[in-house]
Amino acid sequence: MPTVSMTVNGQQVSREVEGRTLLVQFLRDQLNLTGTHVGCDTSQCGACVVHLDGKSVKSCTVLAAQANGAKVTTIEGLAKNGELHPVQAAFKEHHGLQCGFCTPGMVMSAVDLLQHNKSPTEHEIREWLEGNICRCTGYHNIVKAIDHAAKQMGS
Amino acid sequence: MPDGNIGQPVKRREDQRFLTGKGRYTDDIHRQGELHAYFLRSPHAHAAIKSIDTSAAKGEGVVAIFTGADMAADKVGSLPCGWTVTDRNGQPHKAPPHFPLARDKARYVGDHVAMVIATSYAAAKDAAERIEVDYDVLPANTNTAKFAKAPELHAEAPGNLCYDWVLGDEAAIKQAFAGAAHVTKLDLVNNRLIPNAMEPRAAIAEYDSGTGEYTLWSTSQNPHLLRLILCAFVLGIPETKLRVIAPDVGGGFGSKIFAYAEETACVWASKKLDRPVRWTGDRSEAFLADAHGRDHVTHVELAMDKDGKFLGLKVDTVAAMGAYLSSFATCVPTYLYATLLAGQYTTPVIYCNVKAVFTNTAPVDAYRGAGRPEATYLLERIVEVAAREMKMDPAELRRKNFIQPSQYPYQTPVALVYDTGNYEASLDAALAMIDYKGFPARKAASKAKGKLRGIGFSSYIEACGIAPSAVVGSLGAGVGLWESAQVRFNATGTVSVLTGSHAHGQGHETTFAQLVADQLGIPYENVDVVHGDTGRIPMAMGTYGSRSLAVGGSAIVRACNKVIEKGKKIAAHLLEASVDDIEFKNGAFTVAGTDKSKTMAEVAFTAYVPHKYPADLEPGLDETAFYDPLNFTYPAGTHIAEVEIDPDTGVTTIADWVAVDDFGNVINPMIVEGQVHGGIAQGIGQALLENCVYDQESGQLTTGSYMDYCMPRADDLPSFKVGLTTTACTHNPLGVKGCGEAGAIAAPPALINAITDALGVMHMEMPASSEKVWRAAQAAK
Repeated sequence: MPTVSMTVNGQQVSREVEGRTLLVQFLRDQLNLTGTHVGCDTSQCGACVVHLDGKSVKSCTVLAAQANGAKVTTIEGLAKNGELHPVQAAFKEHHGLQCGFCTPGMVMSAVDLLQHNKSPTEHEIREWLEGNICRCTGYHNIVKAIDHAAKQMGS
Repeated sequence: MPDGNIGQPVKRREDQRFLTGKGRYTDDIHRQGELHAYFLRSPHAHAAIKSIDTSAAKGEGVVAIFTGADMAADKVGSLPCGWTVTDRNGQPHKAPPHFPLARDKARYVGDHVAMVIATSYAAAKDAAERIEVDYDVLPANTNTAKFAKAPELHAEAPGNLCYDWVLGDEAAIKQAFAGAAHVTKLDLVNNRLIPNAMEPRAAIAEYDSGTGEYTLWSTSQNPHLLRLILCAFVLGIPETKLRVIAPDVGGGFGSKIFAYAEETACVWASKKLDRPVRWTGDRSEAFLADAHGRDHVTHVELAMDKDGKFLGLKVDTVAAMGAYLSSFATCVPTYLYATLLAGQYTTPVIYCNVKAVFTNTAPVDAYRGAGRPEATYLLERIVEVAAREMKMDPAELRRKNFIQPSQYPYQTPVALVYDTGNYEASLDAALAMIDYKGFPARKAASKAKGKLRGIGFSSYIEACGIAPSAVVGSLGAGVGLWESAQVRFNATGTVSVLTGSHAHGQGHETTFAQLVADQLGIPYENVDVVHGDTGRIPMAMGTYGSRSLAVGGSAIVRACNKVIEKGKKIAAHLLEASVDDIEFKNGAFTVAGTDKSKTMAEVAFTAYVPHKYPADLEPGLDETAFYDPLNFTYPAGTHIAEVEIDPDTGVTTIADWVAVDDFGNVINPMIVEGQVHGGIAQGIGQALLENCVYDQESGQLTTGSYMDYCMPRADDLPSFKVGLTTTACTHNPLGVKGCGEAGAIAAPPALINAITDALGVMHMEMPASSEKVWRAAQAAK
């Protein structure tokens, strides 16, 4: 079995994996980083979004081997020194989550949006979230949270 | 008012773990030596299973392959339906067996044929592909309306009829229609939906051969009920020997109420192999085999006098049960449907006939709203059509027929007694919020841009907080529908609240802590809420039908009252006063008319360190209560949708959405608003986007993934305007009604009424896809 090595949330890791192992399986099953979720099998729901070299990707659609040598950030690596990232804090403040299952993917996706669009309109936020499905919130408070996080981070 | 008390939008304490990846869902849990299960499913909608050859499937990593014959040999029972509906001839519904693994025939695409258990999920899945099943493929029917002439699914159910059921007086309805000045008629379909909680169902079962005890971690909304069904009806295990834990659960919407084949098989196999057995469904399996919702075909007629006063409502419905009866399938299109047909109106006579039928489709059961969305849809649609035919303002036709505040308690002609409400208040508030008077100007502005604008109303009612056990028992329920709570003080003054309600997104850990902090006058931070574990919590009934606060919360209040009663005795002793003179307020026990007082914390400490203590009183401060509701609760309100349609593309844009709901008293308005948003999104999904489609020839599920089944996404939906009116429920201690299902109930007719208003057509079946809307817009040109 091939060995893959990468930096996950700042830690260097190396594991032997089957060639068919997906990045999400690697994170969940090998590293026990169970914050990244699997909600579908067609790369649609976005519950598995992580950052690969700084960009949001659906980790169900990346082989672990493809992430060899990369820097991966998961939801577990977002808060720094016990301090929630402004997007995480805004989700809490504006009730942007209910069951919490889509939340890690939503948050990671939103963080990426705000990396390259510092003041998105409501329309731009909604369009960006096209690849993340939430069944609980109707998106109303997710959109509100991301809007507030953008303002918070810009100020 | 301090943080943590009733009425405050307290931020959720659950969020910290969910936002940092520390949630603990079933699939996140691992057990030493665990094996992985995969289910081989029928590729045919209807087929006799002639033989199953597993010889080629055995191999590396494969530990066992089980079929229906193995379960039969172990006398594993049928998954029961827990509600007996009595048909129009006084006979119980037809209840064909529903074995966890099919024994003779497969009856829908996705039916469970074999269970493969291996050392890895991949090995189990690979092995399943090597199993050779010899099927004799039979003709199948997935069309609800065509049940009667379709091939028979079950020998026990001739003509594919589960029951033919009636509510109301046939002679009285004929008389009501005979006297009508106008009758409005409508045929409509309530489209089949697939619930799609974002966390797929999952189970891990572990057997301890030393103690004979099983533990099941499962994605359940009601772990005690699951334990009861598995123990008493299917596996024959004493309830003392099965612990069911429902940890963090990623949404339910009804689909996680039921006892399914997969967790049943995992529990059974865990003992057979003496190894933990885990299963996590993938999304494709969820589409195929999670219980679906809705699927009604209905003809409805409304009789009115010349002024639009409703005289009678007649409803004929064919409701799909799917291939087998799921846990509560039978009660959904009867007691959760026909009993709601009065809506907010004084219609004096109502008659409803429901034929529940078997089709070669996934089982159908409760999905957010469960029966009430179907009732509301037909009622609010026919009222709309009636208004158009009578050339009356649809808001005013509703107002004319509303039950008035002076009429409560109001006995409807369909069994329910509404305790309270004020329907005009919510209608008026909604009209103001959407600026109804300004609608003609907005419509003209849209027209000037070449767009079609429409407005649609939905004045809904629902029956929640299910339900008085004696009532549901008389109607055929196999269980009581009370709830339990335990309020357990520690010596240091902290409190564990053990509740039988289960949260899978509703935020009970926050709301219930607010409630207990308020009742006992203690800091919110000192209260922890425990749920979802039969090993820790008294017997309970779980969460569905918007019952958690109305029933579960009432049980908590009752347990708090017991704590206060005992606390008074302890305080009286400490203060050397008579118990009758002790008053409890804001967390303090005070001798009336004095400043002599003991805090709740002091009393709790004394209960556990009873050095100075009443001789005839037990130590400890730990009280359990059960609450059986006195009636259903009746949340109600008005939603108004305003849409703008592009006739060239058929794209419907939701320009505005107003929801004004009466949920009675509210503990946490932030959480209530979130529930309303989510419900509306699911209702809009049904009306605009979602549709479960089976191929009529092959019986294949053609909407079996997110590529084909159109889930509402962020860019399909608007932001919502949400308001509240309040009439407190009269029969539970908190005056609460429940808020979880309202949006999903109210939204579909509001949206279809708006779209048909914009297009100038009387009706359009759900979902109002761009294609349908475009065709209607073109035809109108």
